[in-house]
Amino acid sequence: MPRSRRRLPPTVLLPLLMIAGLLLPGCANPGAGSAADDPTRPVTLRFWHGWSEKREVKAIDDSLARFHRLHPNIRVKTTGNVTDATVNQALRAGGGAAPDVVSSFTTNNVGQYCSSGMWVDLDPFLAKSGVDKTAVFPRTLLDYSAYEGRQCALPLLADAYGMYYNLDAFEKAGVSRAPRTLSELKETAVKLTERAADGSYRQLGFMPNLRLYQNSVDRFFAQWGPRYFDDKGKSALAREPATKRFLTTQRDLVTALGGYGPLETFRATFGEEMSSQNAFLTGKLAMHMDGEWRGLMLAKAAPGFRWATAPMPVPDDRADTYGRGYLTGTVAGIAHSSKHQNAAWELVKFLTTDTDQVVAFANAIHNVPSTNAALASPRLDADPAFQTFLRIARDPRSTGMPPSVNGGQYIVTFQDFAYDVEAGKVRDLDKGLRALDRQIDDDNLQSAT
Amino acid sequence: MAPRSPAPGLRRKHLRRRLRTLGFLSPWLVGFTVFFGYPLVATVYFSFMHYNQIRAPSFVGLRNWKYVLGQMPLFGPALWNTLWLVVVMVTLRVVFGLGVGLLVTRLTSGVGLFRTAFYLPCLAPPVAATVAFVFLLNPGTGPVDEALSALGVTAPRWFNDPDWAKPSLVLLSLWGVGDLMVVFMAALLDVPREQYEAAELDGAGALAKFRYVTWPSITPVVMFAVVTGVVQTMQYYTQALVAGKLASGVNTGPGSTVQPGYPDHSTLTVPQLIYSLGFQNFNTGAACVLSLVLFVIAMAVTSLLMRRRAGLLTAED
Repeated sequence: MPRSRRRLPPTVLLPLLMIAGLLLPGCANPGAGSAADDPTRPVTLRFWHGWSEKREVKAIDDSLARFHRLHPNIRVKTTGNVTDATVNQALRAGGGAAPDVVSSFTTNNVGQYCSSGMWVDLDPFLAKSGVDKTAVFPRTLLDYSAYEGRQCALPLLADAYGMYYNLDAFEKAGVSRAPRTLSELKETAVKLTERAADGSYRQLGFMPNLRLYQNSVDRFFAQWGPRYFDDKGKSALAREPATKRFLTTQRDLVTALGGYGPLETFRATFGEEMSSQNAFLTGKLAMHMDGEWRGLMLAKAAPGFRWATAPMPVPDDRADTYGRGYLTGTVAGIAHSSKHQNAAWELVKFLTTDTDQVVAFANAIHNVPSTNAALASPRLDADPAFQTFLRIARDPRSTGMPPSVNGGQYIVTFQDFAYDVEAGKVRDLDKGLRALDRQIDDDNLQSAT
Repeated sequence: MAPRSPAPGLRRKHLRRRLRTLGFLSPWLVGFTVFFGYPLVATVYFSFMHYNQIRAPSFVGLRNWKYVLGQMPLFGPALWNTLWLVVVMVTLRVVFGLGVGLLVTRLTSGVGLFRTAFYLPCLAPPVAATVAFVFLLNPGTGPVDEALSALGVTAPRWFNDPDWAKPSLVLLSLWGVGDLMVVFMAALLDVPREQYEAAELDGAGALAKFRYVTWPSITPVVMFAVVTGVVQTMQYYTQALVAGKLASGVNTGPGSTVQPGYPDHSTLTVPQLIYSLGFQNFNTGAACVLSLVLFVIAMAVTSLLMRRRAGLLTAED
């Protein structure tokens, strides 16, 4: 006997059809780009960047005017003050208004940009243009703009980290020069610390707590020249002897300067990092780790004290490496969805490899230039405070962070662990570091394809 | 014996009726499908996929579930913080909102002034309100701390102290309790006056009148406030993120990645973790797992509350 077939009632069928219909486009990816364009044809590119201050925007506009003189057929429409989150969303969503050329103020996400295919591989373009990237860019900068051999970004100016110190406070405390080793840092910081009658801080020699402004683990840890991952890409922090030394040294500094609680209480009274209430500007800190851009801000703010710059101190057993520092910077790349990738490459190439352009732009916004030729240029800003950072950038022992498949997640995880260590919450450091490695590996595995 | 199939005319009539019904229902059906059905189905689908929103999704089985429920250390704190806020914030908001509502309805003079004073903070956008609150409670420089200091009281570090960060968020939510006050005021003014008069004739005091007259009358509104409060707090995001960002004092301009939960993940909520996973790390699969976990918990808590409601309310309600 033939079985009667039950039909789905329309009240069920319609929503099911609608869900199915909606799921299909939901699984689709944003439109793919193309490198089939002719860069000599008229074209308008969209360039998204993070600069927003008047002086910075002018520097970008001047750069683009120089580019336009070389490539009159390429018009560039800029959008400034764009965060990584916005770029990420735009490039994933796609659409006609998505950018062709993008820049990022951080190198943290480069691994993610490369591994996900969000930014295109620039090696074919470099090869086509005959640019030898190893000759143009310093090794550290090339390392942080590639992931697993995929050069999906190029350095567009760099940031170097060093020490700013209050010369008046130094003079008052009878200290003649900036500390070069971590023992000297501790000694000097204690000497420069002044307290009020109730025991609260009036001036702190140095704030070792990792939550202050730029005081993150990656910047501090760079003074040891650490290794984060082994050859197989596994987290190696527990096996890297410097990790434990770094964490104990940092904790030792915290103890010497009054303990975690009092330091955190004092830190909570500091103003916002980029405001005139910055703790170094207001004289609450006598020594402070920061990037080269701070010099311009200090000069503009004209604080009521004299100041100078120096490289950050190094571990006592590596005193010969004094002069090194942490490097990071702005990177530029081409969006995977760009339909004008050859024209976009002309812009990226100009912004990142043209020595005159790099020098002019670095001087205009007071950042470290990112090519070997520009770093050696006599036309660079001769300000001695700025020269300190140029020397740090040129130092071959200066290091950046290795890119990772899930962006800066491993730094965040390491940072969280370091917060617990500095607060005295970690009883067994070795065990904690092993768990940290496991966590970083789990997170990386989760993000891997 | 097989049932007789209806006559063709009758079938057409049934079909017409169904289509008409469907036509009337279609606005709701479309809304439900687009804004609830599809996102829910897609979330379940992507929870079993590796998907970075650039490349096509690939099936990974239970990997995302294992990661979120077993390997992600932030899941525990985020869930704990969310549930803590649900219990403490919702309870205090309802109690405080009801208390203010009672106070304002009993006032004989200056009612307008008090209503305005309690309701005004609700009009402030959440971000602006949070910015103002963090400024007020800023350790060392905030007016609240200076006032407490003048009284000889050492203020806590509020949003900078892991033990005080969540209570500070609760304080912020109580500051904006005016929305609940309005709802409760409407309910309180709706209680029949003759019931109070009858209770007074029976010798009932203020407490007895509240217990036997006011409370039974306003229970449906209380349940409404609790259920909507639970659902809202399960989605708590903006205030915690802004407060953490501001209190941490770090620059949050282009290039900086804000890690939610400052300090020590004490203000990290599940919605913040979902955002962080889904839109900072582009770990869409794991974010979908977390969303489903939150959805199931919200459904369970709401169902439980609705069952309790059935016991509390009368058929008339």
